[in-house]
Amino acid sequence: MDGSARILPDRLNSGFSSLIKSWETLLLAVAIAVFIVNTFTSPYFLDPWNLSDATFNFTEKAMIAFAMALLIISGEIDLSVAAIIAIASTAMGYAVQLGAETPTLVLVGVGVGLACGAFNGLLVTRLGLPSIVVTIGTMSLFRGLAFIILGDKAYTGYPADFAFFGQGYVWWVLSFELVLFVIVALIFAIILHRTSFGRTIYAIGNNPTAALFSGVRVQRVKFVLFLLTGLMSGIAAICLTSRLGSTRPSIAMGWELEIVTMVVLGGISILGGSGRIPGVVIAALILGMVTFGFGLLNVPGIVMSIFIGLLLIGVIALPRVLSQLVKAKAQ
Amino acid sequence: MNMQRLMKSRELLLALALVLLVGGIAVRFPAFASPSSLGNVFNDTSILIILALGQMVVIITKCIDLSVASNLALTGMIVAIINASAPGIPVAFLIVIAISAGALMGAINGFFVWKLEIPPIVVTLGTLTIFRGIVFLLTDGAWINAHEMSASFKALPRADFVGLPVLSWIAIAIIGVMAVLMTRTAFGRATYAVGGNPHASVYTGINVGFTRFAAFIISGSLAGLCGYLWVARYAVAYVDIAGGFELDVVAACVIGGISIAGGIGSVAGAVMGALFLGVIKNALPVINISPFWQLAISGAAIIIAVALNARAERTKGRVILKKAEVV
Repeated sequence: MDGSARILPDRLNSGFSSLIKSWETLLLAVAIAVFIVNTFTSPYFLDPWNLSDATFNFTEKAMIAFAMALLIISGEIDLSVAAIIAIASTAMGYAVQLGAETPTLVLVGVGVGLACGAFNGLLVTRLGLPSIVVTIGTMSLFRGLAFIILGDKAYTGYPADFAFFGQGYVWWVLSFELVLFVIVALIFAIILHRTSFGRTIYAIGNNPTAALFSGVRVQRVKFVLFLLTGLMSGIAAICLTSRLGSTRPSIAMGWELEIVTMVVLGGISILGGSGRIPGVVIAALILGMVTFGFGLLNVPGIVMSIFIGLLLIGVIALPRVLSQLVKAKAQ
Repeated sequence: MNMQRLMKSRELLLALALVLLVGGIAVRFPAFASPSSLGNVFNDTSILIILALGQMVVIITKCIDLSVASNLALTGMIVAIINASAPGIPVAFLIVIAISAGALMGAINGFFVWKLEIPPIVVTLGTLTIFRGIVFLLTDGAWINAHEMSASFKALPRADFVGLPVLSWIAIAIIGVMAVLMTRTAFGRATYAVGGNPHASVYTGINVGFTRFAAFIISGSLAGLCGYLWVARYAVAYVDIAGGFELDVVAACVIGGISIAGGIGSVAGAVMGALFLGVIKNALPVINISPFWQLAISGAAIIIAVALNARAERTKGRVILKKAEVV
């Protein structure tokens, strides 16, 4: 984990041979394997409506995972995302009690998300605090505020047209959330891989000091990334609240770990500086299909989590074991 | 030495905050500060203290162990199952089993960090879900209730010894052992060196990977011990015991001034950090505030603590860079 030299090439992952060896290819193979296994183990898997339902397993988490990926590439992390969902959802529920309509609710959700992201960002960039500790703190703080406001109660009574974000369909089996997921994935892929802002994120993750001396406003970029993560958490809060139709303070409990798992599985180095959006997309699909496939087989959620834990460690350990074996042979 | 003075002042500050907290509550509710009440708070916080001490060693070596609460749940379930099916096995033997099972889980974490160099946060995030999943597999989600446990199994943590429950004495003993380990042994020095500057430690002949491996085993064994203590104290074992407790443990360390960047921290800090959270938790019902406030208060405490500690840690060598950032 200590500063092994990394090279920052002019172009990332060009050429056919590197494509074959790339993380995304490995992930895609795993995804296809999961898909085939699911198809054979359950007759209900290949139904379009079932598959469409299955996408709800990952769309909300994945939308946050994209922003989290950028943040982790820059060398920071945000463990408060699920707590931001809780407080944003609570705020929307509170607004409903005051008679707010759907447009206002969306503004409230997005606004609270941005405010929480800005709070994290200010603590990390202005006070220079380690993000893992700050966001463990704000994770308790944000969810704690939701608990203070709601206690053991729940907010319901969301307006009927608010249900569209989490339950609506754009065309046939294409849900609004799935379409939003695709759009968000494209936007983040373009930001990270096709803009100079994206390049600076890699530069910061690889060597913040060198980035600073190259004229990159390191702290400002990091602040924007925290803001972006807050924004995506707010949007996810809107979708999830709309899908559930109610708000409890325990909403989205434990999601932060699932989202980090998704990002790391997607090939984003937890040490920062490397990783790509397509990997995160495939990782989201794998996790969604595994959850859905196990669900069809009536496997309890906690057993799925064992599998996801093993997948996380296994997928990261395997290349390292192989490279160590190759090294041992060469000697 | 300047460094040591800094450490001392940090612990002094924390002790002062703790005294002010208890004193502030005692002004309106004098009963809270009575010796027996404070004894209860300490006893109630004992498990958090033990876990925080294990976590402290890991964090000082620049790692983190998020799997401690799952480790606790799994070892607790293992000893509860053994006790329920074979009540004749002496409790002392069960404690040995608990510590060994915990140590094994710590060794698994440590192995991945040491030999495969996987970042500790990834490894323990994975084992966090795996260990807790195994608890479910062991019993299919069933509970082991008080009536299935033997009387001696449940009695030990509560048993009175010279005015304090055994649980408190165990915490005190572990505080003593850890204080000696961290300040009076080569291993203790090595953990600070590994966390402070891993590269320099390699050149001084310290095995960085092995030191981290050992730190994970210590954290795992203490979590295992706490598994027995938790299940015996609350007289119930189920899948979700101590769910999310790993964050309380990390929070106790952070409040106690243990730097997440490694190399800085002390036993006294970890103990006081845990006590700080323990006092808040026990004081809320006394001062008639809804327990729903606890989460937000500890969150705010973490942020304030880390902000204060970062101020003290800031080194002068970096000033040039800070200036450049302002531009």
